[in-house]
Amino acid sequence: MLKQTPLNATHRAFGARMVDFGGWDMPVNYGSQIDEHHAVRSDAGMFDVSHMRAVDLTGARARDLLRYALANNVDKLQAPGKALYSCLLARDGGVLDDLIVYFLREDFFRIVVNAGTADKDIAWFRRLISERAPHLKLTPRDDLAMIAVQGPNARAKVWQALPGSEVASAGLKPFNGTATGDVAGESFVARTGYTGEDGFEVMVPATRAEEVWRALAAVGVKPCGLGARDTLRLEAGMNLYGQDMDETVSPLVSGLAWTVDLTSPRDFVGKAALLATPPARQLTGLLLLDAGGVLRAHQIVHTAHGEGEITSGSFSPTLGKSIALARLPAGVAPGDIVHVVVRDKRLAARVVKPPFARNGKALIS
Amino acid sequence: MNVPASLKYAESHEWLRAETDGTVTIGITDHAQAALGDLVYVELPAVGRQLKADEACAVVESVKAASDVYAPIAGEVVAVNEALTDSPESLNADAYAAWLFRLKPADTGALATMLDAAAYEKLIGEA
Repeated sequence: MLKQTPLNATHRAFGARMVDFGGWDMPVNYGSQIDEHHAVRSDAGMFDVSHMRAVDLTGARARDLLRYALANNVDKLQAPGKALYSCLLARDGGVLDDLIVYFLREDFFRIVVNAGTADKDIAWFRRLISERAPHLKLTPRDDLAMIAVQGPNARAKVWQALPGSEVASAGLKPFNGTATGDVAGESFVARTGYTGEDGFEVMVPATRAEEVWRALAAVGVKPCGLGARDTLRLEAGMNLYGQDMDETVSPLVSGLAWTVDLTSPRDFVGKAALLATPPARQLTGLLLLDAGGVLRAHQIVHTAHGEGEITSGSFSPTLGKSIALARLPAGVAPGDIVHVVVRDKRLAARVVKPPFARNGKALIS
Repeated sequence: MNVPASLKYAESHEWLRAETDGTVTIGITDHAQAALGDLVYVELPAVGRQLKADEACAVVESVKAASDVYAPIAGEVVAVNEALTDSPESLNADAYAAWLFRLKPADTGALATMLDAAAYEKLIGEA
């Protein structure tokens, strides 16, 4: 039995094609995935991301636990509402998950984790809590629905669709969120996303999800499925957990060194393992030059420095070409020409530094 | 889902149409294009190639996935729809107009063994 978000029936009413996404019954598209992709780059689209899990960490000195639990440094979060992207590492440095943590108050942090890893993450956090700070409380917010509204016109359309939301969210800078209207964070707006466009991620009580979805649709926000979400994040050069990184690889070979704080004296889970193992590989971008297919995960890449593998690949609607993220030997540099095995052919591709496209514009040609 | 009564079908989601000159035109069904999503790449067999029944002979790739296309019946490839190479999306627009290749059947009776529209509708769960 597949799990359902509070918007399941609404998706069907909107003509979604539903698929099994890691045990969740989710919309992959509502017609054309490419049209949905372009709507987000040029106007506004919305995604049901209620399968992701918001988890509230509450109690005195909650920051101390996160300082130890997360690879990025929560001390970067000084102003209430500020968000931070971080990996959650195992002791051996493998990536348990990637997440966003919002600082709301010193006794209230909200963490948003991936759907497929949520139960594992919660068990891990509970273990750290019992070892280090048993007074802290961890509360999975299964009562909340999450809708990501993304695109250059996304914020204006949210304000148009949800009366009163502008007052609370007009002043939000990128990568900041705010609880609106109540202290328990039942309604929450953040200027974050997974598309490389401006926009909001809105959390509301599950009972209000359909009303909010329909209000957004009524002002012209296009319903978008997980298909477009994947091509948008790939163009934006953002990793997908379980595909571009997982427990078997370190963030340093996953293009995520920028999120790992190895400079401060602070200790954190996985730090010793990362320091002991200099990265021999890197995650980089590929742009397919030859005709002959589409780049896909698990295709082998031949380089002058040895073999590598594609971790995510697809067709970029913005570039009109196939693009990929690939884990390649450390010696490979942007501009290098490599060869990807696609079926019975070896196709030339150029190594590029992601992102491929953001804010409505192609960044690679 | 559109399943024209005038065509024959294969369980691997190709459609077949008998032409007056004895050749058979082959494409992918409306059900197949919808399941694949937006198509972005098509690879066609070489004209003159001899195909066995159920042999993988073409590739269609959507944004989501790559999929083999099989020869539902044996025969020689006598024509391919070159225009598809530049406009794979025409398969999404009309899967029955956007044919892939045309065969001269090795066995003229093979077409009759394929599914009719009612049987194909049953196969895809629409009957």
